[in-house]
Amino acid sequence: MSTATEHVEHTDGHEAEHHGLSDKQYIYVALILAALTAIEVSTYYIDFGPFFMPTLFILMTVKFVTVVSYFMHLKFDNKLFTYLFYSGLILAICVYCGFLATFKFFLQKG
Amino acid sequence: MTIIERPTTEVAVAGGAPSGVKPSEALGVFKRPAASTSWRDWIVTVDHKKLGIMYGVSAFFFFLIGGVEALLIRLQLIAPNGKVLNADQYNQMFTMHATTMVFLFVMPMAAAFANYFVPLQIGARDVAFPRINAFGFWCFLFGGLFLNSSWFLGGGADGGWFMYAPNSSTLFSPSHGIDFWTVGLQITGIASLTGAINLIVTILNMRTKGMKMMRMPIFTWMVLVTQFLLLFAIPVITVALFLLTFQRSFGATFFDVASGADPLLWQHLFWIFGHPEVYIMILPSFGIVSEVIPVFSKKPLFGYPIVAMSGAAIGFVGWGVWAHHMFASGLGPVSVAVFSMSTMAIAVPTGVKIVNWVMTMWGGKLTFTIPMMFAIALIVQFTIGGLSGVTHAVAPADTQQTDTYYIVAHFHYVLFGGAVFGLFSGFYYWWPKMFRRQLNNAIGKWNFWLMVIGMNLTFGPMHILGLQGQPRRMQVWTEARAGEGFFNLGFWNRIASIGSFTLGTGVLLFLVNVVYTHKSKKVAIAPLDPWDARSLEWMTQSPPQEHNFDVLPTVSHLDEFFHRKYETDSSTHGVTQVRSAEEVMAELNAHPDEHIHMPSRSYWPILLASSLPVIGYGVIYNRTLMAVGAGLILLTMFGWAMEPSTSPDDDFDPPAPGEGGGHTKELSPLG
Amino acid sequence: MAETAISHDHDASHGAHSSTGLSNNKLGMWMFLGSECLLFGGLISTYMLYKGRVNSGPQPNKIFDIPFTSVSSFVLLMSSLTMVLAVSAAQRKDERNMNLWLIITALLGATFVGGQVYEFTSFYREGLGFTTSLFGSSFYTLTGFHGVHVSVGIIMLMALVGMNRNNRIPGDRAEVVELIGLYWHFVDIVWIVIFTLVYLIPS
Repeated sequence: MSTATEHVEHTDGHEAEHHGLSDKQYIYVALILAALTAIEVSTYYIDFGPFFMPTLFILMTVKFVTVVSYFMHLKFDNKLFTYLFYSGLILAICVYCGFLATFKFFLQKG
Repeated sequence: MTIIERPTTEVAVAGGAPSGVKPSEALGVFKRPAASTSWRDWIVTVDHKKLGIMYGVSAFFFFLIGGVEALLIRLQLIAPNGKVLNADQYNQMFTMHATTMVFLFVMPMAAAFANYFVPLQIGARDVAFPRINAFGFWCFLFGGLFLNSSWFLGGGADGGWFMYAPNSSTLFSPSHGIDFWTVGLQITGIASLTGAINLIVTILNMRTKGMKMMRMPIFTWMVLVTQFLLLFAIPVITVALFLLTFQRSFGATFFDVASGADPLLWQHLFWIFGHPEVYIMILPSFGIVSEVIPVFSKKPLFGYPIVAMSGAAIGFVGWGVWAHHMFASGLGPVSVAVFSMSTMAIAVPTGVKIVNWVMTMWGGKLTFTIPMMFAIALIVQFTIGGLSGVTHAVAPADTQQTDTYYIVAHFHYVLFGGAVFGLFSGFYYWWPKMFRRQLNNAIGKWNFWLMVIGMNLTFGPMHILGLQGQPRRMQVWTEARAGEGFFNLGFWNRIASIGSFTLGTGVLLFLVNVVYTHKSKKVAIAPLDPWDARSLEWMTQSPPQEHNFDVLPTVSHLDEFFHRKYETDSSTHGVTQVRSAEEVMAELNAHPDEHIHMPSRSYWPILLASSLPVIGYGVIYNRTLMAVGAGLILLTMFGWAMEPSTSPDDDFDPPAPGEGGGHTKELSPLG
Repeated sequence: MAETAISHDHDASHGAHSSTGLSNNKLGMWMFLGSECLLFGGLISTYMLYKGRVNSGPQPNKIFDIPFTSVSSFVLLMSSLTMVLAVSAAQRKDERNMNLWLIITALLGATFVGGQVYEFTSFYREGLGFTTSLFGSSFYTLTGFHGVHVSVGIIMLMALVGMNRNNRIPGDRAEVVELIGLYWHFVDIVWIVIFTLVYLIPS
């Protein structure tokens, strides 16, 4: 079995060989994520005023994409994985936003 | 069980292959099951073809159950104040009829064809995850049996197949029927999800050399689209079913208006799943007729890329139309307008397909074999159903039609006239491939005409009944309100009931045909290529040996098999046959592949799947049993994880060159 | 399901090629994760719809303990780091570090689940039961599903360590670790969304 998989990885070429970052770089990424989380939590203590919601949404998206791209290697891997995963994600966002919209969910919030 | 008994080649394979297959005791808890020809082999098999046949047989079994339920409904409505069923039984009957037909017949029957033919059509030796494939089948079977066991444990589900709140609450449905329904569908959902992942990976990753995406047969394309729909739709119904289970068994109030909940939550979740679901049911049949029509028109499919892409477009737009099932629920004018428009838009790619089929037949040399007749019937009946569907897209008209028999007429025209006719076309078309015998033509004609006439007699009058205002799901109608003359409800109800029994007879004739074909001594063995077919699944023996192809073909054309048999004459632009199917096979198999590894049989799929109903009964009756079931799942998963998918000594080699391609030799007398 | 998906290596194409050059298992895992987006999307939407509907019992913003949840979110985030270090060790065939990081990941995961259990019990004491209000039901359903996913991940990690010790992992070890890693990170990103939408944005 292992031969088959190895074979596959080799045909995949250089991408598969070196995908990902070095351990040190992973730690940097994690530090950035930790810092972003700290900013998120700080919204609980400090009043961000009108920037409250946008800040949280941007930070959430950035964290999400960072983990997906670097920890899950999507940035370095074959594009097909990206298409498969993001098609599910984007479909979920569209469908469920449409669903909440029919309940006038976004209007209530103003 | 002639249906699942494979004829003589089984012996040939059993003699050749399993000499190498030995139980490996070193790994796993159990001895690894060895290949055999006994019934036990069907339990441990991971062969996609055997699983396909088992899907087919089980689905047909549920089709008969669902059919009996339908006949009971029509018997109840044949006369005013029907006494056959009481109101409660009637509720259970129509709920279980729909649930059975949708989840236990059409979907798994499509899965049967997909399992059997997708690997063959793309030139693969098996699916990507053979054990998960087996697991999926057992989940479907056990889920279906679990669901139907409710008949013996206090009655079936009775909330209608879309199980709207508040009817689904314990207040209005105190029996356990709906609990069986939610858990049973959850289990069959696992089957669909694992099947979806499996088939998508198979299609993306296991195509033979040269089989580009745009060279795949349309059936495979439609299966791919269907499986993507399943992949993303199943989790939505999973959420809905969990919420309902939590409400009924654990005291949550997700759909209880009195506690401030919104019953529309269920409707949305159900139809976000439910609308892709209708394409999940119809697209495989579209795929089948797209295979059948070119073969019997002796022409390539008109606009192949457009047919493939319109299928994908249907799959995509199918996500944006779910709320058209809810026009009468007070969504608000903006939502209604948006979903009304998207619904009209989805008629376009569907219409494109119909145009393509008609254009394929245009100017072709048509042969009206039974599969072709069913395929043409699909085009006609589905178009009628599609047109009445467009009238639902117009929201003001739809508010008139909602919950009347007009809706029932519409979806039976698209599902019976569309999906089921497509499946029957597939039975007749592929039967010689699967069982080496052709179904009888004369009985087939009776089968076909009785089904077509029966279906139009049954569902045609329902348009009138619906527009006259007969609501669906009412267990009686009365003479006093039946109206007069041409629009008399009694008259049309009687016609519909008579039609339903005609239809039932037609379906029974199919069974008769199967038994006749396999029991009668007079039926000859089918030739290798009885239809002069075009795609790869015909380029191996019938039924295919366990490893499908002695040599994996290299593909250079769409309709590869056709191009190996025929050559175009450049001066006249006509085609002439240069090789027979047997010659193509012999050429292909001149140097059979060696060391073919096939996945080994395993006990774990059935064991893992059988622990799911244990949890199910636990949810309904006893929390301890739930824990037992969870423990079983954990144990069987560990067992599974420790078992390598191929036991090391499992190796298939073709017969020695001296004996020279045993398979081709064996085939020659058939030609 | 994830367990079955990763533990299974296909062999039908043995000696054959794979059309995309990618591993079947990894394709399957990514598809499974794509499908899980729809599952959690449904649960999150249900919560969003119902979070304001409190007929009885405490309101969301009264009951959440943001500092506590921030710490457990941080723990889960860091478990993603240790997981990715395990994957990278596995790809280097550095077995000792791989085992170490896997165990640390499982422990961090267990800390998170423990925190969730503590959170649930304290909420329950403050009067928020599963059936108290729609907010309660949808909150426990959403976070409970996430917790179950984390727990399944922990079981897979421990099984991986145990099976590795006995050399019982079928197929390519680095790939199995990578697949479980993908699942683990997915569970983490779901929590990133839940943490923001459920905890930080008050109703």
